[in-house]
Amino acid sequence: MTSTIEETASAPADVTRGAFDLEWGDLIKTGAILGLGLVFMSLAGMPTGLDGRLLIDPFLSLGYVSLLWLPLIVGWSVANEKVLEGMVATRKSARDVVAGLVVGAIGGAGLSLLIVLIGAFDIRDPLVNWNEKTQAFLSFQRGTGFGVIACIVVSALLAGFGASLHLMPRRVRRAIVSALLAVISVAVFESFLVDVADPLSFLYTKTGGLLPLWAAVVAALALAMTLSGGGERIGQARTNFQELTGPAKTRQNTILIVVSGLALIIIPMITGKITQELLANVGIFLLLALGLNIVVGLAGILDLGYVAFFAVGGYTTAVLTSTNRGPDWPEWFPTLPWWGAFLVTLLMAGLVGLFIGAPVIRMRGDYLAIVTLGFGEIIRILFLSDWLSGYFNGAQGITNIPPADFGIFEVKGTDPRSVFYLVLFFAVISIYVSWRLERSRLGRAWMAVREDESVAEAMGINTVNVKLMAFVVGAVLASFAGAIFSAKVGSIFPTSFLILVSIIILVIVIVGGMGNIVGVIVGSIVLVGVLGGPKQPGLLQEFSEYKLLIYGALLIWMMLQRPEGLVPNARRSRELHQDEFLQDAWLKGKVDDADENGNGADSGTVAPGLAGGAS
Amino acid sequence: MSEATPILEFRDINTHYGAVHILKDVNLAIYPGELVCLLGGNASGKSTTLKTLLGMVTPTTGDVVLDGEVVNRQPTSYRVERGITMVPENRRLFKRLSVLENLQLGAYLRNDKDGIESDLERIYSMFPRVKERLNQRAGTLSGGEQQMVAMGRALMAKPRVLLMDEPSMGLAPSLVQTNFELIQQIHQEGIAIFMVEQNANMALSIADRGWVLQTGRVVLDDSAEALLANPDLRKSYLGEVGGP
Repeated sequence: MTSTIEETASAPADVTRGAFDLEWGDLIKTGAILGLGLVFMSLAGMPTGLDGRLLIDPFLSLGYVSLLWLPLIVGWSVANEKVLEGMVATRKSARDVVAGLVVGAIGGAGLSLLIVLIGAFDIRDPLVNWNEKTQAFLSFQRGTGFGVIACIVVSALLAGFGASLHLMPRRVRRAIVSALLAVISVAVFESFLVDVADPLSFLYTKTGGLLPLWAAVVAALALAMTLSGGGERIGQARTNFQELTGPAKTRQNTILIVVSGLALIIIPMITGKITQELLANVGIFLLLALGLNIVVGLAGILDLGYVAFFAVGGYTTAVLTSTNRGPDWPEWFPTLPWWGAFLVTLLMAGLVGLFIGAPVIRMRGDYLAIVTLGFGEIIRILFLSDWLSGYFNGAQGITNIPPADFGIFEVKGTDPRSVFYLVLFFAVISIYVSWRLERSRLGRAWMAVREDESVAEAMGINTVNVKLMAFVVGAVLASFAGAIFSAKVGSIFPTSFLILVSIIILVIVIVGGMGNIVGVIVGSIVLVGVLGGPKQPGLLQEFSEYKLLIYGALLIWMMLQRPEGLVPNARRSRELHQDEFLQDAWLKGKVDDADENGNGADSGTVAPGLAGGAS
Repeated sequence: MSEATPILEFRDINTHYGAVHILKDVNLAIYPGELVCLLGGNASGKSTTLKTLLGMVTPTTGDVVLDGEVVNRQPTSYRVERGITMVPENRRLFKRLSVLENLQLGAYLRNDKDGIESDLERIYSMFPRVKERLNQRAGTLSGGEQQMVAMGRALMAKPRVLLMDEPSMGLAPSLVQTNFELIQQIHQEGIAIFMVEQNANMALSIADRGWVLQTGRVVLDDSAEALLANPDLRKSYLGEVGGP
């Protein structure tokens, strides 16, 4: 069907515009935004902070990469023009490169201005990074005069290069991009790669950083693979896989699940501790995110105090297993093995969910969000308080939590692999429960409440009970994570349950794709695995100081560009295509009358866009 | 009027939102299998009547009677289970759920799997277009299709009385006619219909009886023919201004 678009639209022939026939206003605006972005990043301290970490010894530091990707991307997007159906398409030409150069130069001028201003004024008081170090970094350590010019030139060249990517044949462009990405990933993930496979350490210098020779080899390999058509083959395989239907699809899915399950069991056996620890942390946050996904994603209850249930889980297990709990517990209060405490923890979390949920759940929308935010803090402050310090030791926390002993193996923090296997076990349970719930009558009721609470009520759904149920299920899933967390860390403090934890779990759910289990898994891997949790280092440990900055930027970008999350619901995207198809057909007058009437009458309420996201 | 006992009845109903008096001594009765309509302008208490019938608003005085039983304190689910179902104003489908899920949610309180299956089939044969769109998000359907799904969703509850809130609201003029034909078709299957409308002309042309509600009070209660002929009604609702 799509091939007919060109025929009916009868697009005029492409035109080539002169190299200096530019939209100057737009370019200056984009350049100014680029400049502001560069100045902001410099003053936020990310480039100077990361300057010590060499990616390619001795040419390139992570500091420069963290700043200079910006002009490259902006240059690329300046030349990235959407071709509208039926409109005159402009052939990519030198003009686009010129546009890139101009934007890059204007952006770079922002940095030059910063170099000059740092020399002229001293406003270090509010801006910590307004100092000679930043100035020297931006001047490539060669004096301000050189720096002023270099910033403009380097930024212009990078943006121009970014723009020129559009002029290259597709395959060449892909090859260059993949070579760049390959070198940077191999360099950035140094500690991880060495941890996974120790022999790989020959690639790097002792102080960190890829050896130039090996950098070239990695780039060459990536180039060769893409140029020989590797990318297309992978893409083709993926499309083939996605287009499978019926029993073949089921078989493929089964194979996929079995293979990834085996991989998850085997990988921790062959890798070092860093990877195991990473996987364990991802797993703990995955458990939390799966629970919150039911509350927010399915039932649409915006719970901003979700960390409360994590805390209740952690503290209940701690109190029931530790020898160092508060002194005020009565004599008869038992000390249980981990699994015994775990069962009590589940019960406790469910009850707390019920008690917090019952008054809160009658509220709607914003009010509910604010109240849950309050409850999240109240729980933490109770654990911290002097009033209950006889039970929970206040800020000193509960220490001496013994490892979880299962006879055959012990789960303790010093052995992250054991933690990972325990987490994996519970993650499988949680995923299965979530998956079943989503397709159950209760799951449908949750979604109905999320979509339209009053209509759901009119259908006979007891909305209060159903929402309370979501709250309790979410609480119980969070307590899994809490119980494992206390056995893993061996001690537990109120500071482990800051509001930030709630927010990060929520970001995982939103970034991954709300109400979508695969999305939640991807979200935990990307955010906790790559960027790191609130206190847990991720793959990009160098960035841990700027983690929240990156989280925020990622969240904003997601809301603007992919509000449906990294992994949109398969069903949902299929429908979107259907929608687009209908629109095309309608444009071409190939839709029967009834449909046209309907569309005309209701075009206002049927938003084909992605109004999904936070509801 | 039928001699049978009414399915649903209002006996001297008064309701309040806060201190504001909405319905004032309202008496209504819906008998099995009839098609009745409630007319009224904005803020006359039409929606409150529906909410009170369905149990989302509790009357301050008076009784809501379902099959001879006073159900003032019973929740919505109790009434839905006994065959009272609403098609909400503007259809209000669950837009991000599939058409099938919308239909299944209509049968939320039913446990008879076979009955649900056969009712689904019945709805597919009634609206073949709905069957084509089963796995599509309800929000992506056209207005007419959404109306079909909304009706289908209500029918999935196996209603004896269908409460319809402004069925012609927000529909293109050509669809209003189709929609009223649809209502008649459902009515012919023996389901009583209680329709709340501003479009008095259209509603009265298919209804057996009607009430006119004005600031919370029933001011007219008569057969549809009589109401259509009523000069006051013609003047205030049917937009006939002229004539001495």
